Amino acid sequence: MSHDTLLVFEVTILVLAIFLGVEVISKVPTLLHTPLMSGTNAIHGVVIVGAMIVLGQPDKSAFTWIVGFAAVVLASANVVGGFVVTDRMLEMFKSRERPKKPDGT
Amino acid sequence: MSYNLSNLLYLITIVAFVLALRFLSSPAHARRGNQIGAAGMILAIVVTWLKVGSTSWWAIALAMLIGGSFGAVAARRVRMTAMPQMVALFNGVGGGAAALIALAELHRVLPPPGAPKVDISLGIVLSALIGSISFSGSMVAFAKLQELIGGRPITYAGQQFVNGALFIGALGCGIALVGGVQDEWLLWVTIAASLLFGVLFVLPIGGADMPVVISLLNAFTGIAVALGGFELENNLLIVAGMLVGASGTLLTLMMARAMNRSVANVLFGAFGQVTAEAAAVAAGDGGTVRSASAEDVAVMLAYAHKVVFVPGYGLAVAQAQHDVRQLADLLEEKGVEVSYAIHPVAGRMPGHMNVLLAEANVPYPQLKEMDDANPEFSRTDVAVVVGANDVVNPDARANRSSPIYGMPILDVDDAQAVVVLKRSMNPGFAGIENPLFYNPKTVMLFGDAKESIMKLVADVKNL
Repeated sequence: MSHDTLLVFEVTILVLAIFLGVEVISKVPTLLHTPLMSGTNAIHGVVIVGAMIVLGQPDKSAFTWIVGFAAVVLASANVVGGFVVTDRMLEMFKSRERPKKPDGT
Repeated sequence: MSYNLSNLLYLITIVAFVLALRFLSSPAHARRGNQIGAAGMILAIVVTWLKVGSTSWWAIALAMLIGGSFGAVAARRVRMTAMPQMVALFNGVGGGAAALIALAELHRVLPPPGAPKVDISLGIVLSALIGSISFSGSMVAFAKLQELIGGRPITYAGQQFVNGALFIGALGCGIALVGGVQDEWLLWVTIAASLLFGVLFVLPIGGADMPVVISLLNAFTGIAVALGGFELENNLLIVAGMLVGASGTLLTLMMARAMNRSVANVLFGAFGQVTAEAAAVAAGDGGTVRSASAEDVAVMLAYAHKVVFVPGYGLAVAQAQHDVRQLADLLEEKGVEVSYAIHPVAGRMPGHMNVLLAEANVPYPQLKEMDDANPEFSRTDVAVVVGANDVVNPDARANRSSPIYGMPILDVDDAQAVVVLKRSMNPGFAGIENPLFYNPKTVMLFGDAKESIMKLVADVKNL
């Protein structure tokens, strides 16, 4: 695939992703906006894939080595922290009545 | 692993991310969704691991161990009240990673003869620019919310000019790079100017507006990641980054709308500075404040038919959510109808209050959003405002000169009586005087929210 073909293809999915993002988010209730922010925060942790590709390059200079290493550290903090925080929040949303203590007595 | 196979597997990750967001439409499946998202992320990491093969595998593992354990420990330890700054912190490091990737990529593509393709260099420049702003801006947001630096807006003369000049400088160096000037230092300047811009851009924004900023910076990081996808020609980064970019932008707009302000006003308005006139007006306003003892309030509550709690950030600071629930349980046992009215921007993030009350096991059907709660105040006996201020300020409806004029509020003054739990008469986070406190229907119960609620619990028990 030529570079230009690839670019057109990439721009296409970029634009589709914008519409998808807007569509999906407009269905989220205000109740869950904090977990939503935290959840999307975890998703952009996918930058770790890019960081791994940089650090995993063969024959890299010392400069790339250091920068790539730092990028992987930062990105993994983003991924792990993002998902764990979101999970902690969502864990607390209980549906109906909590396991009720014997009523009144 | 072949290029096509890895891209197919990345597609599974993309689907997992979309499902994760889709499942957030209901609290019942939200957690499952997040787990699906995490599984997708693990798949992407494994695929990438196999793709890069054995090169520097130990360095990657070590870096992941360092970053991952920091993230895990910080996320486990943080208290629910400190959640907004934690989100800001994790958001910042993501943006930082995107900027670093851009730096490394430029270093890789520059040496060979002939300028790099325009789209690649454009991706590099923009993701370095946006990622750096997101990194330093998020760190300032974190510092403000963590109260490492003052929450009030910091302004000086010519601020917008300095910010504008920095931004144009950063952009100018970037354009030169894209235009074919092959000097690595141009990107360094872009990054340095963007970092400084991020700091100066967030500093003047008041603490109460920080949620909007964090949401915007979240979108920024998403966009920086998507641009990183163009540099590395990686579909996963493009789609996942842009999903976050689009949804974060939408969320930012929704939050600004909930405060009835434009995003530009939030970002550049330096909102919450106490201007001299406003302070003078407030001081001259006079009026008397009635304060009550916990016993009096306990009687009011216990003999009411319907009580609505209006929680604000003060409740979160005092960690009083569990005590409020205990009080609510006691009242329910006495046959009082209890609900919670939640303003969209109560707390420090939209929905933050819901998270805190959920932590205290309040069933979410009891939590009423503003539009459902407001019509009910007229048939409410007592509205209990716990540590909220601006979101119940009637000036937002009536006083055109008030900085929050036009912001939708909870109409607690429609209730038969209002009890305000407050530490002192200091104005709220935005530094605006609140006439609700001088309303003849209102009684104030001064003191730490947690202690006051505990006293109320004891007094209601004794009745």
